[in-house]
Amino acid sequence: MSWNDATTQMIITGVYETILITVLSTFFGYLFGLPYGIAMVVTDRDGLHPMPVVYKVLDILSNILRSVPFLILMILLIPFTRAVVGKSYGTEGTIVPLVISAIPYIARLVESSLKEVDPGVIEAAQAMGSSKRSIVLHVLLVEARTSLVVNATIATATILGYSAMAGSIGGGGLGAIAIQYGYYRYETTIMVVTVVLLILLVQLFQTIGMKAAKALDKRK
Amino acid sequence: MGVIEISHVSKCFSPKEGEVHALKDVSVSIEAGDIYGIIGMSGAGKSTLVRCMNYLERPTEGSVKVFNQELGALSEKELRKMRQDIGMIFQHFNLLMQKNVLENVCYPLYIQGVKRREARVKAMELLELVGLADRAKTYPAKLSGGQQQRVAIARALASNPKILLCDEATSALDPQTTASILELLKEINEKFGITIVIITHQMAVVREICNRVTILSSGVVVEEGEVAEVFKHPKSPEAKELIRRDLSGEVDAPVRRPVSQVREGKTFRIVFTENSSYEPVISNVIMQFMEPVNILGANTRNVSGIARGEMLLQLIPDSKHEADIVAYLEERGIAVEEVNADELE
Repeated sequence: MSWNDATTQMIITGVYETILITVLSTFFGYLFGLPYGIAMVVTDRDGLHPMPVVYKVLDILSNILRSVPFLILMILLIPFTRAVVGKSYGTEGTIVPLVISAIPYIARLVESSLKEVDPGVIEAAQAMGSSKRSIVLHVLLVEARTSLVVNATIATATILGYSAMAGSIGGGGLGAIAIQYGYYRYETTIMVVTVVLLILLVQLFQTIGMKAAKALDKRK
Repeated sequence: MGVIEISHVSKCFSPKEGEVHALKDVSVSIEAGDIYGIIGMSGAGKSTLVRCMNYLERPTEGSVKVFNQELGALSEKELRKMRQDIGMIFQHFNLLMQKNVLENVCYPLYIQGVKRREARVKAMELLELVGLADRAKTYPAKLSGGQQQRVAIARALASNPKILLCDEATSALDPQTTASILELLKEINEKFGITIVIITHQMAVVREICNRVTILSSGVVVEEGEVAEVFKHPKSPEAKELIRRDLSGEVDAPVRRPVSQVREGKTFRIVFTENSSYEPVISNVIMQFMEPVNILGANTRNVSGIARGEMLLQLIPDSKHEADIVAYLEERGIAVEEVNADELE
């Protein structure tokens, strides 16, 4: 097959789908992963509201989810994915397992960012009579914001990589194109083009993330 | 009845490797308007004690009453309310590094539900007070340690507290900056009548601004009293040691051997106060008893607003006039106390 308008159109759609999958998966990943991470920090032994049992459950659950290889998780989740979005392939079908696998990973990233906050600052807020809620919202999340954004950038790039992997079992986006044309049909040109585009996308997300992190950092 | 009444407080930490008794049966009473010093070496339990005063640490035993209210009996909400009346500043300032100076001072006001606009007006007044109004939009990282501590003081005062707890507030600062921060604390105490509790390991800080002091050692109160009195007649070995270090200008430095390896006879610390006579006592001692005395050290300092001089005198070995010399000095209103050789080392 030679390169034609249909190929170009397909690649453009692929780029669009990849961006859509990555952005939506990261968004929903944070929608659940951020509270998950906060919950781990708060319930930890030296946290604002220690609840050792709850912490242990969250801790173990996140480890279990992170130890299942993504491709296998995706297959295991097919019934769940169908129940949520109605199909287990294509763009929507990729987002569901991506979100599920991203949640515990994001929770860990959030946990490590929040743990970097100087305990002295938290103590000062407690001494002022801050509620725990206020400490989370106005001290933890604000003081850790640079680290949170840096980690969100890492999470986005990782999710983008996983989305390409999902292409091998019916996912959408550039990954699916690379597999279907580049791998099964030996269309090397298409393979190279998609890989270059994936690299450019990662660079793009990385640049935006780092610029944002730098702009938010007032510590220097 | 003091504003802070600590009675028979013990605090026991139980980490994995055995129990640690940070405080053992400590009782302290702090009156309204006091600048109260709590001094001790590191590990003496003073930081734990000050945290019991706002229940950042819950004592294992005993009672903590602030404004006549038992802190242990308060609900979490009541405790938060109470804490708004107790400001606190720290060794490492603990400012929000991602917020500018103005927002740092506004934070305790936001907690209380004060509107942004009013909060900013109030915060600016406080920054004026601490001399940093022109740095309102600056971020803490751009400020010096002394300036950061001033912001922390402004922040602590924002909720109009009646008590200000200072946990090693000057320990990370150089001597000049320490002096200016102490000056500011004194001003706050006088201007607003805020009771100040100062935790420190530096006797100089206590001497400079406190009116009363408690000396802690290994979680136990070893001495308590008026600062002037403790300086004049220290009873415990810990107090003597702290005063000696202060006198010799040492702060944390490991104990040094005095220059005089010639140490031979008995050594006395003598203290001149405003009651002391004006005659040249040392010359007179020498002439009267025909015996030389060795001046090992001398210093004048301001203790709670009273100027006083101190000297370390050493007599010749086996002096026959030792008792007479002591009596002679005491007659002239000078406090005399024998200092033994170990304490000097």
